[in-house]
Amino acid sequence: MYDVIIIGSGVSGSAAARELSRYKAKVCVLEKEEDVCCGTSKANSGIVHAGYDAKEGSLMAKLNVRGNAMMEQLSKELDFPFQRVGSLVICLREEDMDKLQALYDRGVANGVPGLQILNREEVLEMEPNIVDNVYAALYAPSAGIVCPFGLNIAMAENACENGVEFKFDTKVQRLGKKDDIWEIHTNQGVFKTKYVVNAAGVYADKFHNMVSEKKIHITPRRGDYCLLDKTAGAHVSKTIFALPNEFGKGILVTPTAHGNLLLGPTAIDIEEKEGTNTTREGLDQVLTKAGQNVKDIPMRQVITSFAGLRAHEEGHEFIIEEVENAKGFIDCAGIESPGLTSSPAIGEMVAGILKEKLHLEEKENFIATRKGILDPNTLTKEERVTLIKEKPAYGNIICRCEMITEGEIIDAIHRPLGAKSLDGVKRRTRAGMGRCQAGFCSPRTMEILARELDIPMSEITKSGGKSQIITGTNKDQL
Amino acid sequence: MGTVTTRELTCIGCPMGCPLIVTMEAGEVISVTGNTCKRGDVYARKEVTNPTRIVTSTVRVSGGDADMVSVKTKEDIPKGKIFECVKALKSVEVPAPVHIGDVLVKDVAGTGVDIVATKNVESI
Amino acid sequence: MKTYDIVIIGGGPAGLAAAVSARENGIQDILILERDKELGGILNQCIHNGFGLHTFKEELTGPEYAGRFIKQVMDLGIEYKLHTMVMDISSDKIVTAMNREEGLFEIQAGAVILAMGCRERSRGALNIPGYRPAGIYSAGTAQRLVNMEGYMPGREVVILGSGDIGLIMARRMTLEGAKVKVVAELMPYSGGLKRNIVQCLNDYDIPLKLSHTVVDIKGKERVEGITLAEVDGKGKPIPGTEEEYTCDTLLLSCGLIPENEISRGMGVDMNPVTSGPKVNESLETNIEGVFACGNVLHVHDLVDFVSEEAKTAGRNAAEYVKNLQADTDDRDKHSREEAAEIVLNPVEGVRYTVPSTINPVHMDENLTVRFRVGGVYKNCYVSVYFDEERVIHKKRPVVAPGEMEQIKLTKEQLMKYPGLKTITVKIEEA
Repeated sequence: MYDVIIIGSGVSGSAAARELSRYKAKVCVLEKEEDVCCGTSKANSGIVHAGYDAKEGSLMAKLNVRGNAMMEQLSKELDFPFQRVGSLVICLREEDMDKLQALYDRGVANGVPGLQILNREEVLEMEPNIVDNVYAALYAPSAGIVCPFGLNIAMAENACENGVEFKFDTKVQRLGKKDDIWEIHTNQGVFKTKYVVNAAGVYADKFHNMVSEKKIHITPRRGDYCLLDKTAGAHVSKTIFALPNEFGKGILVTPTAHGNLLLGPTAIDIEEKEGTNTTREGLDQVLTKAGQNVKDIPMRQVITSFAGLRAHEEGHEFIIEEVENAKGFIDCAGIESPGLTSSPAIGEMVAGILKEKLHLEEKENFIATRKGILDPNTLTKEERVTLIKEKPAYGNIICRCEMITEGEIIDAIHRPLGAKSLDGVKRRTRAGMGRCQAGFCSPRTMEILARELDIPMSEITKSGGKSQIITGTNKDQL
Repeated sequence: MGTVTTRELTCIGCPMGCPLIVTMEAGEVISVTGNTCKRGDVYARKEVTNPTRIVTSTVRVSGGDADMVSVKTKEDIPKGKIFECVKALKSVEVPAPVHIGDVLVKDVAGTGVDIVATKNVESI
Repeated sequence: MKTYDIVIIGGGPAGLAAAVSARENGIQDILILERDKELGGILNQCIHNGFGLHTFKEELTGPEYAGRFIKQVMDLGIEYKLHTMVMDISSDKIVTAMNREEGLFEIQAGAVILAMGCRERSRGALNIPGYRPAGIYSAGTAQRLVNMEGYMPGREVVILGSGDIGLIMARRMTLEGAKVKVVAELMPYSGGLKRNIVQCLNDYDIPLKLSHTVVDIKGKERVEGITLAEVDGKGKPIPGTEEEYTCDTLLLSCGLIPENEISRGMGVDMNPVTSGPKVNESLETNIEGVFACGNVLHVHDLVDFVSEEAKTAGRNAAEYVKNLQADTDDRDKHSREEAAEIVLNPVEGVRYTVPSTINPVHMDENLTVRFRVGGVYKNCYVSVYFDEERVIHKKRPVVAPGEMEQIKLTKEQLMKYPGLKTITVKIEEA
C-alpha cells in the first residue's frame, strides 16, 4: 500500500515525485512506457518561458513565473543544461503594436522581470538574423532554454535516489475506490494507494473521467519540429517567437540547450493520443513560417524532424487540484505549454497539496542534489587524461557526431533509472542525436547495451515494447 | 534454319555497364555488339546461354576477432544455383584463424566451385 | 609533443593509398589514425565483388581490395593507431586525438592528409514524414549489421534511393532471406551503376520505381508499412498516386555527405557543391600542407579512383614535406606566388570539378580533373575551354549524375597558354 501513486513520469509526474521525495511517504510512479520522458515531455520546444503569455491571475501565469524563477537553482542542484538566453517576440507591422503592448502589459502584471519593447534597430543589433522588415520586438531577458530530457530525467533520478519507486511498462487500465483506498488496475497487477496523482499528459482526461462526473476533454495538439545541425546553432542567440495567435505561440526559432537550432512547432488538433507522426504539410509549414521572422535559415542543415503532442484542455488552464467527489484523486491535467517551464512549480504545488492532506513530515536524509552524466568536454585536457587512465572507456568515442564516449553510455545504463534502449541512451547522453542520426553508432551502442545489461542483441530495442532493432540472424529464414 | 533473335543486355563485367546487343540464331550466338572490351563479349555469350554470377556472403567464425567472415565463390556459378549455394552456408561455422583465399566449403551446392574467405579473421 | 612528417586522418582506402604513396615518395615518418577497430574503412563491410578492376586488373571484394593495401602498409612498416579518434586539428597542424590507451594526446604534423570518408544522408535530412519507429536504417548501417555482425535488420524491406549501397543491399538482404519489395528513387534515373541494377535488382525481380518517394511511414514501435507516391518534375509527390507497402524495414540510400567537421574546424575552405574542401592541382587545401583525398574530398563511385586520387595526395604531401626540409632557397622556388593560378569553372551541366584551381608550374605532367554532371545527357559533348578557346570536345553517348566523369590535362598543353585564367568545363548538347 502506497501513500501516493503518480500516473505518468513526464516532467509533471517526475517533478511531483521529486518534491514528494522530500517527505516521509511511500511513493510510486507508474509509467506505461519503458522509460521516463516518453510522451509530451520528450518532444517540445525546450523553452523556459518568461511568463507574459498566460492570462493575468491564472494558475498558468503563476506557475510559469514561479517555475522560471526556480529553474536556474534547480539546474545547479540537479545538474541539467539550462541557459537563460532571453527571448524576442517579433512584431512585423506597426498595426500589430497594440498586441505587442498587450503582451508587455500582461507580462508586467504577471510579474515577469526586465521586459522591454525594442525598436527595429535595437532588435537587429541584438539579433542580426531577424528579418529586415522587423518593426519591433518584446524582449524578455528571463526566458531560457533547457534540455527537456535533462530536466525530466534529473528530477526522476533524484526522486528515485530519495526512495520513490518507478514501475515501467506498467499501463493503467482502470481505477476505482474501495473503502477509501484507491485500487489501480494495470497490466502488471493491482496497486493500492491512499492518493493518486493524475499526471498522465494527453491521457489525463481518461483517468479523470473514470472518477468524476464532471468530464474534461484533452485534445492532443500536435506540433511538428525540424532540428538543425549544430553548425546552424548560432544562427540566433535567443528564442525568437512570432506574435501569438489563437493556436498558441506560432513557429519559433531557437537555439537548443545543446547548441542545435530548433524550428517549430505547428499546432494541429488531432484525436489520436499516440499520433506523433509528422506530416508533409506540417513540416512544410515549419520550414516556411520559420523564415517569416528569421532570415537565411540554412534549411539544408536539417538533421531530423519530429512531432510532439500538447495536452490541450479546453479551458486552456492547468488543472491541479483534488477532484470534486473523488477524494484522494489529484489532477495534474491540461499541462500544455508552459508546462515544461512550470514543472518545478507544479511539483511543488502537488507536493504541497499532499503534504497537507497526508500530514507529511520532512526526511532528514533527503538528497537535494544529483550529479548528471559526466561530460568529458567540460574537463581540462589534464583531467580528461586522468579520467581515461582510470576509466579507459572514456577514451573510446562511440558517437562521432556528438563525440560521446563509451564511458558516458555505460554511466547512462547503470545509473538510477538507467537507459535500457537506444532512445534511452540517446536522451541521456546524446549518442545518436547528431548529424548522422545514429547511422554509425547504433550498432556499437547496441553492443554496449547487450553487454552491460547481459541481454542478447535480439532484445535490444529502439524504445522498448516491440521496437526491436534486429529481427534475426543471417540466413535464419532460408 | 532458325529464326534470328536479338537480346539487349547491360554488361556487368565492369562499372562502365556497356549496353550489349546479342544476335542469336537457333540458340547459337552469332554476334555481340556494343561491348568495349573482351569481357563484354564473354559475358554476353554466357548470359544468353548459361548465365553465371559470383556469389558473396558471410560465414560464422568461432574463436576469432570477428564473429563473421566474408566469403565468395571462387569462380562464377550458374545463376540458378545462387540460393542453393547461400543455403549451403547456413550451418557452416569455421574456427579462427581464417585468411583471405582459404577454402571454407569445397564444391558448394554441387557446382564444383569452392567457397573462399575474402577477409582475415585472427584467433583471439 | 610527438611529431610526424605526415599524419593521415583515416585508415580507409584513401588513407591507406595515400600512406603507401607518401612512403614510396621517400617519407619515412608517417602515421595513420583510424577510429575503427581495423584498417580498411567502409570496404570491410562492402563484401560484394566488383572492386579493383582498374587498380589490380582483377575483380575483388571490398575486404580483399582493402587487404591488398593493408598488406602494403604492413610490409612498408607504416605506423598506424586503431580505435583512435581525431578530436580536432589546429591550423598549424597540431592533431589532437584520443584512444583508450593513451588518453588525449597531441601530435605535431608536418603535413596532414584528410581521408575521413563520408556519411550517409539520414531520414531526418530527407524530411520524410510519418512515425519514427524502429526499422528505419541507412543502407550502410544495415550493411554493417548484416555483413560484419551477422544480424538481419528486417524481413520485409522497402529501399528508398537507388544509390549503389541501396542496390547492393537489396541483393544482400534477399540472399540472406529477406523479401525486398521495391526500390524507390526520387529522381527519374538511378543514382547507382547500371551493372548493379542488372545484378542486384533484375536478377532477383526487385522492381525499381523511378520518380517515386516515401510520403508516409506507419508503425509506432516497429515499421509496419510505408506509402510511396510518384513525384512531379520538381520532386513533389503527386496526390492520388500513393501506393501502400507493408514492410518492417525501410532502408535509405539517398546520398553520401563528406565528413568534414574536422576540416571546417581547422579553417579549410569548403566547396558548397561537394561539401568537401576546395583543392588545387596538388589536392592541397587553402591551408598549406593540408591535403584531401577520397570521399572526404568528393563522393566517388569507384574505389579505384579513390586509390588513384589518394596516391596523388600522398605524393604531393611527400613533396611538400621534402621541400620544407630542403633549404630555404629551394623552398622559395616552390612558393605558390610564382605563377598565377588558373581557375576551373564548371558550368552548364557540370556541377563541380576537383581540383578547383591549377597552378601550372606545380602540376604533374598529367592531371586528372574529376567532375559530376547535374542530369542525364545523351549524345552530348564534354567540352573544355581555355579562356575562350575550345580545346577538348569529346563525344559521349550518355553521362549521368551517378557516374563520375574525368578529363585529362597535360602540363605541356597548359604551358602553351601563358596567362590562361579560366578553364571552363561544360556539357554541350549535340
